[in-house]
Amino acid sequence: MIEIQELYKYYGDRRAIGPLSLEVAKGEIVGLLGLNGAGKTTTLRVLACDLLPTSGTVKVGGFDVVAAPDEVRARVGYLPDRPPLYEDMSVVEYLAFAARLRRVAAPAVTKRVSEVVEMTELGDVRGQMIGTLSHGYRQRVGIAQAIVHRPEFVVLDEPISGLDPVQIVEMRELVRSLRGDHTVIVSSHILSEISETCDRLLVIEDGRISWVGTEKQLFSELGQGMQLAVTVRGPSADRVLPLVRALAGVQEVEVVAASEPGDDVLTLQISSKSDVRDQVCRALVSADVAVIELVRRQGLESMVLKLLGGDEAAGRRKSRKKRDADQAMVDEAAQASDKQPTEGA
Amino acid sequence: MNQVFLIARRELFAYLRSPLGAVIIAGALLMDGLLFYVQGLTEKLVSAEVLQRFIYNATAATMICGLLLSMRLLAEERQTKTLVLLNTSPLKDWQIVLGKYISAMIVMCVLTACTAYLPALILVNGKVSLGHVLVGYSGLLLLGSASVAIGLFGSALAASQIVAAIISAIILGSLLLLWMAAKAVDPPLNRFLSALALHHDNFRPFMLGRLELGSIAYYVAMTYLFLLASIKVLEARRWR
Repeated sequence: MIEIQELYKYYGDRRAIGPLSLEVAKGEIVGLLGLNGAGKTTTLRVLACDLLPTSGTVKVGGFDVVAAPDEVRARVGYLPDRPPLYEDMSVVEYLAFAARLRRVAAPAVTKRVSEVVEMTELGDVRGQMIGTLSHGYRQRVGIAQAIVHRPEFVVLDEPISGLDPVQIVEMRELVRSLRGDHTVIVSSHILSEISETCDRLLVIEDGRISWVGTEKQLFSELGQGMQLAVTVRGPSADRVLPLVRALAGVQEVEVVAASEPGDDVLTLQISSKSDVRDQVCRALVSADVAVIELVRRQGLESMVLKLLGGDEAAGRRKSRKKRDADQAMVDEAAQASDKQPTEGA
Repeated sequence: MNQVFLIARRELFAYLRSPLGAVIIAGALLMDGLLFYVQGLTEKLVSAEVLQRFIYNATAATMICGLLLSMRLLAEERQTKTLVLLNTSPLKDWQIVLGKYISAMIVMCVLTACTAYLPALILVNGKVSLGHVLVGYSGLLLLGSASVAIGLFGSALAASQIVAAIISAIILGSLLLLWMAAKAVDPPLNRFLSALALHHDNFRPFMLGRLELGSIAYYVAMTYLFLLASIKVLEARRWR
């Protein structure tokens, strides 16, 4: 579906991405992770044909973004980090306009707009001016415009940015609902969201894909394991500890301060090599133990931070900024010294 | 062409839904009306002279409105980040530029038509030919077309409407002042500069009621040149 080979994109002399190669299969939902300035948005803009690559090959559905941009654009739905909304149009007017721009046949526009309005739950505001909508609804309209022409490939840049928790859950369901009909690539800073919605993760660092795989692979490859806190009600520690320790992958189990009040409540902290949440739950429930809470203590964020070098990456960015500032000062000083003799003359 | 008219229609709605279109038309009518009164009705003139003065004075409002109407066309889209919708739709850059140009020209035609009551007064009360009026209005529309194209080019270059207006005003002002520059140089350069000037030699035939092919070709060429430049700016931005 998507094939990128040796892609480079320069802004002036600055390399934004490259060399970047990746493939995304039809029907996949792929998450793009990376720190700010890593090149996520540039990559997505190239895929959506908003920008053209400096070099390399980018093909969507077999069509090259440089040789056949219109064919690519007709097959891609793009939601940028700020949805491109005309505030002086109503929701349905805007969606009809977007549909017509993307070559939806005139007689089919009304039906298709109604479908996406229903799909994105915009029915309550369908006649409302976009300028009066809340941020959550705006994001929904943004997604609706991205899928109104039934694109094969949907690109969502930070779709949950700025949403409240309820809207995040709704948006997550909306993105999941695209599975099957569309191939989706999502970028987000909220890394747990990526793991909730995506089949595969692409980690981008300094304009290059530094890691590709599933969340499970990420945990196992980094060998970092997972920290779980399981709260149970009823049994004694002597009964529960052997049950959990016997599970494959579990490295360490200890009783910690209970997360809830009550004499019969017990919280266990479990360290494991891999994701053992399924096994822990099954083992405890089969032994008639009431599991009242299971929380992952170590999230995907720390994994990715580790993968990206964490503090090292921040340090690299700082030194890059310092280098740019130093260069600017040198340039300024050079300009000033060039000027002086002229002024004197 | 469907996509072109789709963009033009959306822009026309934008003019209608914001006070911008109405304010520009009202301002132009006020300016034309006042100039018509001051320059045409306060002294004794033959009707043809009154008409010539009206057409000459109306060029000021036409050029200013051309810039005001077009300064927002692309700069506003870039400011509000809506240009992405057009850039990622299966459209050619020329379709975007042409759609926007057509919308501004429709408003320009409405604006120009609204001033028709002034020459109508001369027609009814004086002795001028309808042909003179029509030729004068053709000139105004051609000049308006070139002004809109210049404004659109400024709008394609700038990220804000104010900067777009300033860039366009500088280009338009420079083209206007070429006839003065022509006076300061020797032949044949003076003829060349004079032929390039946006107003003066190129507009005078319309003012006098003469339809000259050279003048028509000049305004059509200026419009084409600046629309083409706008398209090239949009294309270049994708590669930047």
